[in-house]
Amino acid sequence: MHQYIVKRVLMMIPTLFGAAVLVFFLMRAIPGDVCELRLAGTGATFDPDALRLCQLELGLDKPLIGQFFSWIGGFFIGDFGNSMWTNQPIVDEIGLRFQVSLQIALMATFVSIVISIPMGIISAVKRNTWIDYCVRGFSIAGIAMPSFWLGILIILGLLIGSQALYGEPWMPPISYVPIWENPSENLAMLIWPALATGYRYSAVATRMTRSTMLEVLREDYVRTARAKGLVESVIVNRHALKNALLPVVTVIGIEFAFLMGGLVVTEQVFNLNGLGKLFVESVSNHDYTMTQALVMLVALIFVLTNFFVDLLYAWLDPRIRYS
Amino acid sequence: MATSELPVTAETAAPRRKTAWQQFTRVAKRQPLGVAGGFIVILIILMAIFADVVAPYDPTAMNYSAFTAPPGSEFWLGTDQMGRDVFSRIVHGARTAVFVGFVASFVGAGIGLVLGVGSAYFGGKIDLIFQRVMDIFMSFPLIIMALAMVAIFGTGVDKVIVAITIPFIPRCARVVRSSALSVREMPYVDAARSIGYSHTRIVLRHMVPNVMAPFLIMITAFVGQAILLEASLSYLGLGVQEPIPAWGLMLQGGAELYAESAPWVAIFPGLAITLAVFGFNLFGDAVRDMLDPKLRSQ
Repeated sequence: MHQYIVKRVLMMIPTLFGAAVLVFFLMRAIPGDVCELRLAGTGATFDPDALRLCQLELGLDKPLIGQFFSWIGGFFIGDFGNSMWTNQPIVDEIGLRFQVSLQIALMATFVSIVISIPMGIISAVKRNTWIDYCVRGFSIAGIAMPSFWLGILIILGLLIGSQALYGEPWMPPISYVPIWENPSENLAMLIWPALATGYRYSAVATRMTRSTMLEVLREDYVRTARAKGLVESVIVNRHALKNALLPVVTVIGIEFAFLMGGLVVTEQVFNLNGLGKLFVESVSNHDYTMTQALVMLVALIFVLTNFFVDLLYAWLDPRIRYS
Repeated sequence: MATSELPVTAETAAPRRKTAWQQFTRVAKRQPLGVAGGFIVILIILMAIFADVVAPYDPTAMNYSAFTAPPGSEFWLGTDQMGRDVFSRIVHGARTAVFVGFVASFVGAGIGLVLGVGSAYFGGKIDLIFQRVMDIFMSFPLIIMALAMVAIFGTGVDKVIVAITIPFIPRCARVVRSSALSVREMPYVDAARSIGYSHTRIVLRHMVPNVMAPFLIMITAFVGQAILLEASLSYLGLGVQEPIPAWGLMLQGGAELYAESAPWVAIFPGLAITLAVFGFNLFGDAVRDMLDPKLRSQ
């Protein structure tokens, strides 16, 4: 087991290094650089000296390979550099947004579990009946609905609903407050994007639960349990569910990793200042250092989540022993 | 490869050939959701082909006397904040969505197919490196990858297609590779090799046709995703640009502002996206159920 863990940790290195190479050179492939944009933004006439000075300050004049290794080297001493756009330390800039994204990802994952597991079980047990068709239709609709449209509908529903109930329109709060400062206001703001994304992401987990449940319900030990006269609910919940949940854990884990960086569109609709929005901003500003740091963060979360899911697997299923 | 909807035994047991209608009702009974999806897909494709005939107005024509006019007999689904007919824009938007969806998924899955089979066929170091590279590409969410591509290539229909195609390649390659691994061990591949056929010929003529099932499953899954991705990019202002009518674009900017006073501006384009992706997904699911013998139950 220890050997397996060490091996897995070592295997992360090439993936992360590859991601670093990919993002570094992709960013440089984008036409134009951050200095041109910064100078264009001030509205001043384009001064080639100022451009050169700016590039000199940011180290953009050095050879690409040198830039790459000084950036990578920074990781090992915990120096992630400053944003090329705002000049603020990247750790501070990301830290603010990380809170928002993490909370939404956790809440959305919770919503997705609460929706998907019961629905998947019902759909498998009542297979090929109208209940099954409804559940499947509902979950496919979740994948089909664009998250920004669902967001618009939720906001619209809140406006109309509050108008009808209280006589005046209510909108979720606009500015973010940490949950430990004002829990009710924090939840009033973040619950809607969490519901929207949670519903959307529950679809995959629902289908996974349904298909693994169907498989497990055909197993011999389920027939034995039926033969010895156990109540159907005990068979489903105790015998079948425990064995069907493993692949669902993987799906939910991978979804969580994607939720951390992939909520670009939802953040746009609900006007949230999360990692996705920061990513879009930094790409369009050609903010190399910030984009690189964000991509590395997303890749790291993805790799780590995969790792923990695999460990959880071994813990949940004693038959799996990594060697 | 038995890709027909009917099991071979049923065909041979009944000497009288079934009429098309009987075959259809049989499929409809087994795959009611898939048939419903198929109808939606056909409807959307017809709408895209005959957009000029179906749409009552020019999708870009602004009617200055009817800004955000409510749905009615004149404008079936109302007009937007610039006085353009929402229904005509949705019909023409179908053309953009279907075009982007089909081109991106066929090209992306096609390249992934060749790369995946090639990687499985050559094996060894090539396969190992190939897998690592695919892992790297896969460790980013689809939308992040597409955004990065848009940043490099720019916006517009053709560039959006490239931006959506590239992240599809590793996703298809990975699935195809795993089924190609078992095909590689088949005697006919050995036979082909012993005759002295070239690698290209073995990969393209002998192995590719035998991994068609996962390939088709991936394509049908991709079309819906591509439509959704195009809509998301266009909504963010990074995809299809005005004046080309696109569903995501219709929801950009005005839709949220006018959500309360003119909800039809926000509701109908979103409904079109949802319906289209819903249809393609249902259809894709049915295709998967029929092609994948492991999932074919009863």
